[in-house]
Amino acid sequence: MSPSAPAPLVAIIEDEAGIRRFLQAALVSHGFQVREAGTARDGLRTITDEPPDLIVLDLGLPDRDGKDLIRDIRGWSSVPILILSARDQEREKIAALDAGADDYLTKPFGVGELLARIRVALRHRLQSASDHGGAARPSTYQCGPVTIDLAARRVFRDGQDVKLTKREFDLLATLVRHAGKVLTHRFLLREVWGPLNTQETHYLRVFVANLRKKLEADPARPNLILTEQGIGYRLADPD
Amino acid sequence: MNDAERPTPEQMLARLKAEGEPGVEERRRGRLKVFFGYAAGVGKTYAMLQEARRLQAAGEDVVVGYVEPHGRPETEALLAGLEQLPVRQVPYHGTVLREFDLDAALVRRPAVILVDELAHTNAPGLRHAKRWQDVEELLAAGIDVDTTCNVQHVESLNDVVAQISGVTVSETVPDDVFLRADELALIDLPPDDLLERLQEGKVYIPAQAERALRNFFRKENLVALRELALRRTAERVHVDVQTARTGRGALAPWATGERLLVCVGPSPTSAKVIRAAKRLANALQADLMAVHVENAATARLSEKDRSRLLAHLRLAERLGAETVTLTGDDLVTEALQFARLRNVTKIVIGKSEPVRGWFRRAPTVTDRLIHESGDIDVYVIRGAGEPHPETALKLRGERVPLSAWVGTAAVLLACTAVSLLWWELGWTEANLVMTYLVGVIVVGARYGRWPSVAASILSVLMFDILFTEPYYTVIVEDSQYAVTFLVMLSVGLVTSTLMTRIRRQAVLAQASEQRTTSLYELSRKLAALADTRQIAAFTERIIAEVFDAEAIVLLPHDGSFQPVVDHRAAFAADASEIAVAQWVYDRGQPAGRGTDTLPAARALYLPLTTADGTRGVLAVRHEDADRFLIPQTRRLLETYASLIAAALERAELIEESRAAEVRAETERLRSTLLASVSHDIRTPLAVIAGASSSLLEERGTPVEPSLRRELLATIFDEADRLTHLVENLLRLTQLSAGKFQLQKEWHPVEDVIGSALNRLKRSLQDRPINVSLPDELLMGQFDATLIEQVLVNLFENALRYTPHGTPLAITGRPWHRGIVLEVADRGPGLVPDEIDEIFETFQRGRSAPADSRGAGLGLAICRAIVEAHGGQITAANREGGGAVFTLELPADGPPPVVTLTHDPEGAAT
Repeated sequence: MSPSAPAPLVAIIEDEAGIRRFLQAALVSHGFQVREAGTARDGLRTITDEPPDLIVLDLGLPDRDGKDLIRDIRGWSSVPILILSARDQEREKIAALDAGADDYLTKPFGVGELLARIRVALRHRLQSASDHGGAARPSTYQCGPVTIDLAARRVFRDGQDVKLTKREFDLLATLVRHAGKVLTHRFLLREVWGPLNTQETHYLRVFVANLRKKLEADPARPNLILTEQGIGYRLADPD
Repeated sequence: MNDAERPTPEQMLARLKAEGEPGVEERRRGRLKVFFGYAAGVGKTYAMLQEARRLQAAGEDVVVGYVEPHGRPETEALLAGLEQLPVRQVPYHGTVLREFDLDAALVRRPAVILVDELAHTNAPGLRHAKRWQDVEELLAAGIDVDTTCNVQHVESLNDVVAQISGVTVSETVPDDVFLRADELALIDLPPDDLLERLQEGKVYIPAQAERALRNFFRKENLVALRELALRRTAERVHVDVQTARTGRGALAPWATGERLLVCVGPSPTSAKVIRAAKRLANALQADLMAVHVENAATARLSEKDRSRLLAHLRLAERLGAETVTLTGDDLVTEALQFARLRNVTKIVIGKSEPVRGWFRRAPTVTDRLIHESGDIDVYVIRGAGEPHPETALKLRGERVPLSAWVGTAAVLLACTAVSLLWWELGWTEANLVMTYLVGVIVVGARYGRWPSVAASILSVLMFDILFTEPYYTVIVEDSQYAVTFLVMLSVGLVTSTLMTRIRRQAVLAQASEQRTTSLYELSRKLAALADTRQIAAFTERIIAEVFDAEAIVLLPHDGSFQPVVDHRAAFAADASEIAVAQWVYDRGQPAGRGTDTLPAARALYLPLTTADGTRGVLAVRHEDADRFLIPQTRRLLETYASLIAAALERAELIEESRAAEVRAETERLRSTLLASVSHDIRTPLAVIAGASSSLLEERGTPVEPSLRRELLATIFDEADRLTHLVENLLRLTQLSAGKFQLQKEWHPVEDVIGSALNRLKRSLQDRPINVSLPDELLMGQFDATLIEQVLVNLFENALRYTPHGTPLAITGRPWHRGIVLEVADRGPGLVPDEIDEIFETFQRGRSAPADSRGAGLGLAICRAIVEAHGGQITAANREGGGAVFTLELPADGPPPVVTLTHDPEGAAT
């Protein structure tokens, strides 16, 4: 964050006061402005009164279904939404992501993880704004030994050229464009194989396995393409 | 039924009264008071109403259920102040019949209800055929009933009254109902006064029956009827006195008292014999049994005779007799055998007419019975002649099929052919006669009496025509051939009689064996079934086979009453049929077709009753409604019903004990879970609270930066541990609740290994981890979230039980049914004895260090997950030290083929 820019505004919609307090403390100490709400109604009022740069939304609100709220917000805003959920809520997480949430955090989570997700979300916001004249989207991606040049459609590992099929490259490019963000199986299948192929998840898994074989040092302990079990994949944040 | 010590209802009731024994019937049975008179007009209804007024004045809840007012002003006046139930209007052949409304009475439930005319026959379409059955139901519901009855309506006196008055009354009340009355109030009026009242028009007489009734109300009639009523009442009083005197000892009469046996047949006079026997039994206070001997002859009874026989057996039943059907060829032998078996002291039989034998008067059944009875008294009741059915039938004979005649002709032709041969050879006539004699024996043995008679005659004729002079004429020159003829005829008759008897016995033996076999099979098979549904299905099948009838078992289920097995059988789908079944279930009494209760139903409904109550209902339907009226069939069906009921009871008990076991097991698990989880939750919480409080209270002496970091790390680790614990608990709940849906998909094995290792990144930092997978991409079919959980648990388990820094290994390899995953460590290994137990819920490894945590949930969840996949998980010790956990995960088929198009792109070539 450049010092001249105003501190980003984060709206927290969460019914548990303890979690709200800890989120606020962590975010304020890292230079964010914070607005809090304990219910979906209050949350909606908060974000319409003062549009935030990012929303942290708990899926288990007492007064309204989280997915509904996301769809509502998406009706008029593309503000990044980060959802908080429990481990055994895979279905709800996928539904929330499909409804337009940008990323999720599984409770309990560390502040480091939270800040990383927020950073990624804010960066992507800036980049998508760049498509309309904002900051430029970088055309290369660098993480560890792997470099990806989107413009030239080339991939290097330790400086060596890596041969990818067209599909593999398309898949990798999609992941790069959303680096750091979780991408659901359905989203990836739609982006790479087209809108009609959203059920053949094992195709996607085999392609990911092949990519890992070509790019990772140990495909069983990946550092680049991470599995979000039951949800999808996430490309590690660039260096 | 077969309990020899079974007291009669009146004795039972007498004993109950004498002892004041409570709770023999769960619900208090209502008291029955009968206002008893010798004729209409003596004032029974009037007396009953007066008593009702008295009870009402005493504050009792009295309701008039039904009273025939007959338009008498005195009666009307008494009725005026009493609550009356509305009368049920039943349309019948264009008119409307006024009937007592049983259901309204049951809903109203007064303490005492007045129901006039106990012997009344209900209009068709009502639940019961007779009003006394309505009264029985009221009593069973615990309502006291006051009713009226005339002496001519008492079943066992029916014929005596008919004799006295010349009027046969068709509306009768079984003696038992009458005898079981708690109170009998005799309403008496001298005949002269009654006749005077009749003259004054104070006695109601229906217009259509006026002439007959005028005849009835003759003084000599009335005197005789009065005597009958008084005697009846006196008998009743005698019983009351005895009961009062003997107190508890009331048991004695039925244990040592007299037992009467009455022989029942199809003859019209049999009814008279049965009534006489009942009167005798009443006088002697003896048990009465009615026996009918079924044999080949009775099996061929005409429709009319059979229905009369059934009517007699039902009459005996109505009179409170135990009816028994015996099977055997000889009535006398069977009856006596049964009588000795059941300690019968007196046999009552109708007088039989002697049957003319060929040469002498054959002994009658009565003669033989008297002759062979030994120490049993035989009472012979005069009747209009009672030919024994078998004797009567012998002369009518059986139908001879056409094939028998053809066979007879063939045998005769063969004999003639052989005889011609002898003739040609010039052998003597004796040989020819012998040949024909053999033919007659063959015919007699194979085709029975009439063909043998015919064969005898034809043989003599053939012999006469062909082989005696003058040839080819019927003229018998020599009278000696008459002897030949007679010999042939008698040989034929004797042979056929013997053979017929053997055949009959064989048929009877076969039928009885069939029944025994089917009963044996039923009880044997039922014993092997423990599931209600199976029992019902099996029962339905076997009853359909044995009785050639549709059978359905109905059981109460969630408050409604329905067939256990789904049925296309239309009759069970009908709501009104279900209502009949419900009635049978509630009352524990049979109803439906062929009974007096709800006879309009399409099936016969029998309660499935055990000592504990009614379990369900067996519905049986057959085109021929009378089929189940045959006592033998009915009894067999009832035996089936009791076997089924016992099996159902057993199944229910098994189910109950199983459920109880499950509950106990769940309870045990819950308490172990609570104990173990609370420990595992409390420990990290204590650590977190301790560490954070020491950070909070650092104001006085600042905590060293390195210690500070360490405390924070401890807090984080403990929180992490709690998270895992909660996740495991959640999984366990999901899995044990059975509502978990397995998302089995194809996954590269490395994918799930990677995500599991990623989740444990922090705690695995100081461990060398060796992942070995085949070069070929290994695909498995499983729910990745769950298998990830399994791997996480196995790694955590290894972390907990093995020293820091020791290596861990995970291996994946193909297996002929899917894949195998192995998680191995180099720790202390497992205690051999406990290897089998470690997957049990809450079992913690004994090798665990004393301060180790973990509810022992981890491995139990692993097993539950792997088993949900149809696979299995095993543990073993490794060679060279350490433990290895092996997961076998089967797949439904080979992995799907994924085509990877080779179109290199983005390459710098």
